[in-house]
Amino acid sequence: MSAFLAKRLLIGLVTLIVASIVVFAVLEIVPGDPALLMLGMNATPEALEALRSQMGLDQSIPVRYFNWIGGMLMGDFGRSWTYSSPVLDLIIERGIVSLPLAILSLFLSTAIAIPVGIFAASRRGTIADSASMGAAQIGVAIPNFWFALLLVYLFAVWLRVLPAGGFPGWGAGIWPALKALIMPSLALALPQAAILARVTRSAMLEVLGEDYIRTARAKGMSRRTVLWRHALRNAMIPVLTILGLQFAFLLAGTIIIENVFYLPGLGRLVFQAITQRDLIVVEGVVMLLVASVVVVNLVVDILYAAVDPRLRVKA
Amino acid sequence: MSAHQAAPSRSFGLLLHAFGNRSFLIGSAITVLIALVALVSFFWTPYDITHLVVANKMKPPSWAHPFGTDHFGRDILSMIMIGSRNSIAVALVAVGIGMGIGIPIGCWAAARGGWVDETLMRMNDIVFAFPALLSAVMITAIFGPGAINAIIAIGIFNVPVFARVARAGAMSIWPREYVLAARASGKGRAQITIEHILPNIAAILLIQGTIQFALGILAESGLSYVGLGAQPPMPSWGRMLFDSQTRMMIAPYQALFPGFAIVVTVLGLNLLGDGLRDLLDPKLRRER
Repeated sequence: MSAFLAKRLLIGLVTLIVASIVVFAVLEIVPGDPALLMLGMNATPEALEALRSQMGLDQSIPVRYFNWIGGMLMGDFGRSWTYSSPVLDLIIERGIVSLPLAILSLFLSTAIAIPVGIFAASRRGTIADSASMGAAQIGVAIPNFWFALLLVYLFAVWLRVLPAGGFPGWGAGIWPALKALIMPSLALALPQAAILARVTRSAMLEVLGEDYIRTARAKGMSRRTVLWRHALRNAMIPVLTILGLQFAFLLAGTIIIENVFYLPGLGRLVFQAITQRDLIVVEGVVMLLVASVVVVNLVVDILYAAVDPRLRVKA
Repeated sequence: MSAHQAAPSRSFGLLLHAFGNRSFLIGSAITVLIALVALVSFFWTPYDITHLVVANKMKPPSWAHPFGTDHFGRDILSMIMIGSRNSIAVALVAVGIGMGIGIPIGCWAAARGGWVDETLMRMNDIVFAFPALLSAVMITAIFGPGAINAIIAIGIFNVPVFARVARAGAMSIWPREYVLAARASGKGRAQITIEHILPNIAAILLIQGTIQFALGILAESGLSYVGLGAQPPMPSWGRMLFDSQTRMMIAPYQALFPGFAIVVTVLGLNLLGDGLRDLLDPKLRRER
């Protein structure tokens, strides 16, 4: 188990290092001088030079890379070039919108998908099964931002029960803030739930066909007990894999969904930073997102080993 | 690729199966329909979308304009028809990039094994650690928005997908006896890969291709929605949805039809993929 853990940790670490080099390199070859962008076309060469040295742009590329990495490890992500505040402050300020959004949508998608998947598998071949899988098939095909637009029309324009966009801040109270997150998280959750329901169903069917399920039934256990105690646990492995992968999708999805609802979250922050060439913010947020994907996948790998002891040896 | 190997009776059986497979029938019908719409749009659309008739703007659906008109008085049906070209072209070329680079990588990894395999697959994992859409936004925003950069951004993330699928498929073929026989007769790894591995994994690659095609259309629509895909005046489904958002109060139908176009296309491709899987991959056939 510890060798398994060590290998996974090492792979995660290497992934992060290579990812940091890639992010740094990509943003290094971006055309345009950040100092010039900040000061405008009329800046004097002296002012430009002063700003460049203040921003550390006059140092060699490896020095800047290691300064950036070292800073991040110490919790210093640098200063935003457009917001003139520390990147970490921006990340925290925006993260308290995006993180609850991502968690809420992950919760919603699991809460919808797993019962539907189990239900469909336990009634395989019935109309209920075809109907729920047909719905899932359509759900997979719906772009989340279009679903978001439909939700806005239904709940904000027509019924007027939810705000069409914006975020009042957590200071305005839990309920108003949550109200602003309901539609975005639903929009993010639906396509994910559709995928997850299909995976849950096929994983359950796979397991329900196994000999030990028949044995358990033959021993006189009720369908319900077999389903929940034996089948579900074994069907969880593919479901966990997809959940882990979906986390990355959710994070990326926030870029578009936060734009639909004008939510001041990480996705919108990184999107605006990219268009404003605020590269230090882009680098920081992208590294944070990549790191969270790596950590989530690591957790999923460890959970695998917890669910299925055979995998501990194999890895 | 496997056509010359299959006996006539087998392909006939496959054809019979194909007509009995609902997913395949519906999926291929929709896919052919969308492709036809895109082709027809090169020669004919109900209205000329470069001809703006401001007097006609924001008209709800009617006999003259079945899907209504937009804020410039352009016919939305014609816009959707022309927009299909953009979606198909971006997603198709992105799949081509993914296959063209990913399949050789996957086959090479499977053929060599050992450290080559390990290195290539770890590199794959690194690409997977980047949320694809985030990187696509990064790439298109940095190198400039537009259809070409959208293709590259989506294509890059198809590479590890095809590499993985090709490797997994090839790994299951390598231990077969006929491969052993080919090796015994002195054939090299590259030759075996071309003659024996590729024809046998073509089916799963084709299935993955339809899935990635569908995902590519979704990704493209998302990129154009945030303004990083095809640029106006080139119509694109995502951009049309963006334009509709600010006019939702007065013209909600504008948000409906481009969305339907995306859903129908993606649904068709996914059904086709499911149908192909049922038909071509006997191992999975029992599942349904």
